[in-house]
Amino acid sequence: MIEAVSLSKRFGGLAAVQDVSLLVHPGTITALIGPNGAGKTTLFHLLSGFLAPDSGKVILEGRDITGLSPHVICRLGMTRTFQIVQPFAAQTVRENIAVGSHLHHRGRREAIAAAEEVARRVGLHAQLDKPASSLTIAGRKRLELARALATGPRLLLLDEVLAGLNPQEINEVLPVVRGIRDAGVTVLLIEHVMQAVMNLCEHVWVLSNGRLIAEGAPREIAAHPQVIEAYLGHGTAERLLRAAHA
Amino acid sequence: MRQLAAIAAFAVAVALLPGLTGSGVVLNIAIMTLYAALLGQAWNILAGFGGQFSFGHAVFFGTGAYAAAVLQARFGWNAWATLPAALALGAAVGAFIGTLSFRYGLRGSYFALVTLAFAEVFRILANNVQFTGAGVGLMVKLQPGAAHFQFADKAGYLHVILAFVVVGLLVSWWLKHSRYGAWLQAVRDNEDSAAALGVNVFAVKLQAIMLSGALTAAAGVFYVQYFQYIDPSLAYGPAVSVEALLGPIIGGLGTIWGPILGATVLHLLGEATRGLVSSLPGVNLVVYGALLVLMIMFLPRGIIGLVK
Repeated sequence: MIEAVSLSKRFGGLAAVQDVSLLVHPGTITALIGPNGAGKTTLFHLLSGFLAPDSGKVILEGRDITGLSPHVICRLGMTRTFQIVQPFAAQTVRENIAVGSHLHHRGRREAIAAAEEVARRVGLHAQLDKPASSLTIAGRKRLELARALATGPRLLLLDEVLAGLNPQEINEVLPVVRGIRDAGVTVLLIEHVMQAVMNLCEHVWVLSNGRLIAEGAPREIAAHPQVIEAYLGHGTAERLLRAAHA
Repeated sequence: MRQLAAIAAFAVAVALLPGLTGSGVVLNIAIMTLYAALLGQAWNILAGFGGQFSFGHAVFFGTGAYAAAVLQARFGWNAWATLPAALALGAAVGAFIGTLSFRYGLRGSYFALVTLAFAEVFRILANNVQFTGAGVGLMVKLQPGAAHFQFADKAGYLHVILAFVVVGLLVSWWLKHSRYGAWLQAVRDNEDSAAALGVNVFAVKLQAIMLSGALTAAAGVFYVQYFQYIDPSLAYGPAVSVEALLGPIIGGLGTIWGPILGATVLHLLGEATRGLVSSLPGVNLVVYGALLVLMIMFLPRGIIGLVK
């Protein structure tokens, strides 16, 4: 579906992403995890066209999209949400989602109808007339999701849609994400909430200090020594192992 | 649909004004109010709907005014024929400034400063080039008759400027009810989100500044026909730039009726203060300034914000 081929990006002296290659299969939910500052969001920026890589390529469905603008990439069927929610605050929920649905609907009426349909899918239909600025954090996360879905993507990049939500809210959003996948949209998500990663994903990629350090099924990843070290510090895996045997 | 009906009602009501009063003073106030409303509508497209605050809309106004004056005085064009040329030139200047500023990602106060600088550059150019009559300015020949965009009575001018304002209203209505308008307002509220949703941010902003520039140029053409004279500081001076932004800010940014409401309040207030304290010239400017400060403090959404 999407493939990164040895992507690298430096900001001055900081190598934010170094030689990262990864692959997301169609029809899956794949997670990208890693400690803070690992380069996850930078990698999303590179994939979605908000940043151009210093080297490497991004391939979407067999097509080289490296260096294309975000709006062009969106038209090709891939869009993203933002970690820090960015609603069009002055507009209503309906108008917000309609900006996305206008991509494939020129007429105002059709775009609004499509927006209302998407709002039902993510559970926002009761709030269609509210200004986006009046939504709670959970509501704004849903709005990000709804706007992105309204563009009719085949691949959706979700940057921490669960961050800042309480456990109950998380449990409400999980089925929404699963429903998106079941409707045929491939999902790649950045997530810190491990419960969600374990629950949702078929495959996990782990990024640390700008490099991929592991990949595999969620259970394998949770036991992977290098992953434990990346999160808990050097030597931790060994100590944990010794503690377990003692 | 309700808005379209309101626009039609507004057009009919203002068009009937000369039937109610023959007073040249009243009609002159109405004309100057509509003229300010037109400037405000044009500015509102770019700033109110698009979030790009220009502080130099005189650059488009002056270009429209000089296009009309030069084509009439130097090349003998019919006044009406200069209108499309002026609109095209206004849009072209918009495309030029827009390409330079938006290509390099200028936003907020930087964009405002660039537009201000362009207006000044154009003023200095007009002041120094013989072609535009330099500092002396240009006079348009007196040729009474509707065919020459000159009218014996104020009613004719009122109807022409009203037609322009109605076009401005329809453009604003279209921005509220179209895909382009939705994209423009999305760009205003958040450029990154808009881009992620497939909006070509650069193209949308460029089209907005061209549309705004063309409509501002129409105000310039009207000005030249009404006063039959233009010079560099009238055309490109900061007074026009300020007039363009005061109305929408006071009336309500990014709304259909805000510019008209703001222009009306300002002009009535200006006339009232001028009548009351005629011994203090310029006191209306003090009132404008105080009003602007009060509005931004207590009514950031403009007078329209009171209604909603």
